[in-house]
Amino acid sequence: MINYATATTAAPSQPKRWQINSRRLLINILKYAILTFVALIVLAPTLTAVLGGIRTTGEFLAEPFGLPKSGIQWQNFERILTNPAFWNAFGNSLLLTAGVTTIGVTLSACLAFVFSRIQFLGKGLLFNVLSLGLLFPLVVAILPIFIQIRQIGLINSLWGVILPMVAFSLPGSVVILRSFFMAIPTELEDAAYIDGCSTLGFFRFILLPMARPAIAAVATLQVISAWNEYFLPLLVLNDPKLWPLPLGIMQFQGQYGSEWALIMTYITILIIPVVVFYIFTQRFIVTGLTGGELKG
Amino acid sequence: MSSVRFRVLPRAALSFAEHSLRRTTEKWLTIALLTLPGMIIFLMFLLIPIFQSSYYSLFKWNGFGPPTDFRGLSNYIDLFKDSVFIRSILNSLILMSSSLLLQLPLALGLALLVGRGRLFGRQLFRAILFIPYIFSEVITALIWLYVLHPNMGLMNRVFEAIIPNFKYIAWLADRNIALYAIFLVLTWKYFGFYMILYMAGLQSIPKELEEAGRIDGCNEFQVLRFVTIPLLGRTIRLTIFLSVLGSFQQFVVVWILTQGGPVNATSTIATYLYKYGIQRFALGYGSAVAVVLFCITLFFSLGYQRIVMYQDYVLRD
Repeated sequence: MINYATATTAAPSQPKRWQINSRRLLINILKYAILTFVALIVLAPTLTAVLGGIRTTGEFLAEPFGLPKSGIQWQNFERILTNPAFWNAFGNSLLLTAGVTTIGVTLSACLAFVFSRIQFLGKGLLFNVLSLGLLFPLVVAILPIFIQIRQIGLINSLWGVILPMVAFSLPGSVVILRSFFMAIPTELEDAAYIDGCSTLGFFRFILLPMARPAIAAVATLQVISAWNEYFLPLLVLNDPKLWPLPLGIMQFQGQYGSEWALIMTYITILIIPVVVFYIFTQRFIVTGLTGGELKG
Repeated sequence: MSSVRFRVLPRAALSFAEHSLRRTTEKWLTIALLTLPGMIIFLMFLLIPIFQSSYYSLFKWNGFGPPTDFRGLSNYIDLFKDSVFIRSILNSLILMSSSLLLQLPLALGLALLVGRGRLFGRQLFRAILFIPYIFSEVITALIWLYVLHPNMGLMNRVFEAIIPNFKYIAWLADRNIALYAIFLVLTWKYFGFYMILYMAGLQSIPKELEEAGRIDGCNEFQVLRFVTIPLLGRTIRLTIFLSVLGSFQQFVVVWILTQGGPVNATSTIATYLYKYGIQRFALGYGSAVAVVLFCITLFFSLGYQRIVMYQDYVLRD
């Protein structure tokens, strides 16, 4: 912008350089003010939760943003971390997430490979059937799924949560992976076949390693959705021993409803790994959500 | 075509017919191996149950044994006679229109602020604004259960400090406010997601086009109105689609915050389905709700994609 302003010579009405600079400064200050304000609104509830978790309930309710005057309440953390129900729920969440992610990513990679690289009769039809799934989010279809799981006899089994979650993740993951796979040049494929590679060998040893960023993106999104899922386990799992963390914390909240500080501690314990995970996988999350368009 | 293989020395002299037969079976075996497991899970746990529910919706059925008490369309008639159901649809529509009118413009505005130009700390702001999206709905709802608490919640405290003589508001217990309080929570959680989508869209717009607009004498607002926003069209159409579908599936946040109350003021289609279909074991009736929900989403998705979004697909492929 400055370049154009200085390049036009005979223009007495052109703003001076310092005017442009000061205007820019003003705009930047305004930008920062708005962004800081919004960032504060986003962070404030989370911050109160963390600050609540390290204080006593009395302190917490008296001042939302106070500092721990009677020391950090480590016993809050101790009470939760020594609770076998917490570790049990944690284990279930790990199992569930690992199951959904490995099965979901493997199956969607296989499907995406077929849809992107192999020509066969009925391919279009099959892909359209699968895309139909994009129209039905899990929440919308929860009752039919519940009925189906009851009839198959998977109530009170982690499989009853894993398999439907995989089914609902397939259409989206396949669409994302397929577009990544299609971007890998055909010449590479031909070269592999000339060298005597089989179709499966090409898929396993050339395509998959090349599509690693896309696979990571899909896997990350899968981990987040499985780790956070509440509705399906609520319906399928009746036995508290099988409950994952989202159900575990609701049960805890039911028991200790008035001990706000303790609930905030539980929330803090759950938030920390999520934030750490987020910091390391932010790149993949953004790639996955935007189909690789947003960088940096 | 891709399975053409060149061998310098043929291993055995297979006849052409034999050779191609072997290759065809091999190809179909590969396809079956790769697609069958996924497609079976997809059919068993997604497509078939959805089609079955339209059949179940014709019965009065408590879920024990096969459905036998055939009632025709009576479930649907009862459904549309129920004022709570109508209320739930209206609430979902209110959530939908508020997110279109407030949430998306907010996300777009912030994306324009964060996404354009060289701004120091851009990454940090983006990371912070996106954080609520990765929190689980349960954690979000529990945090806000405290923030919106009528006596000691953060919200009332903050307003008390800013506004003199502020009277505490029971955010979630007031019939006229509760739905908007829930909308606030949903906005807090989801605007970062739309912001990221807009930022991706903005990044694919070449800077030269906006520069050209400025040279031709547009002011910043005109550049935004006539160059940037139209070029962002594809992303905007996509976010509208996602936002509308999203508002019809709100369950967890609503359920934990209000359970659809007070007096059904915040009941959405999903909480209605859970309360009246699943908790009461009225699976036939619940199936009817599910079918109505399918029709709404299907109608909207297909219509929207045909009429609004087809141009994006044509351009892309």
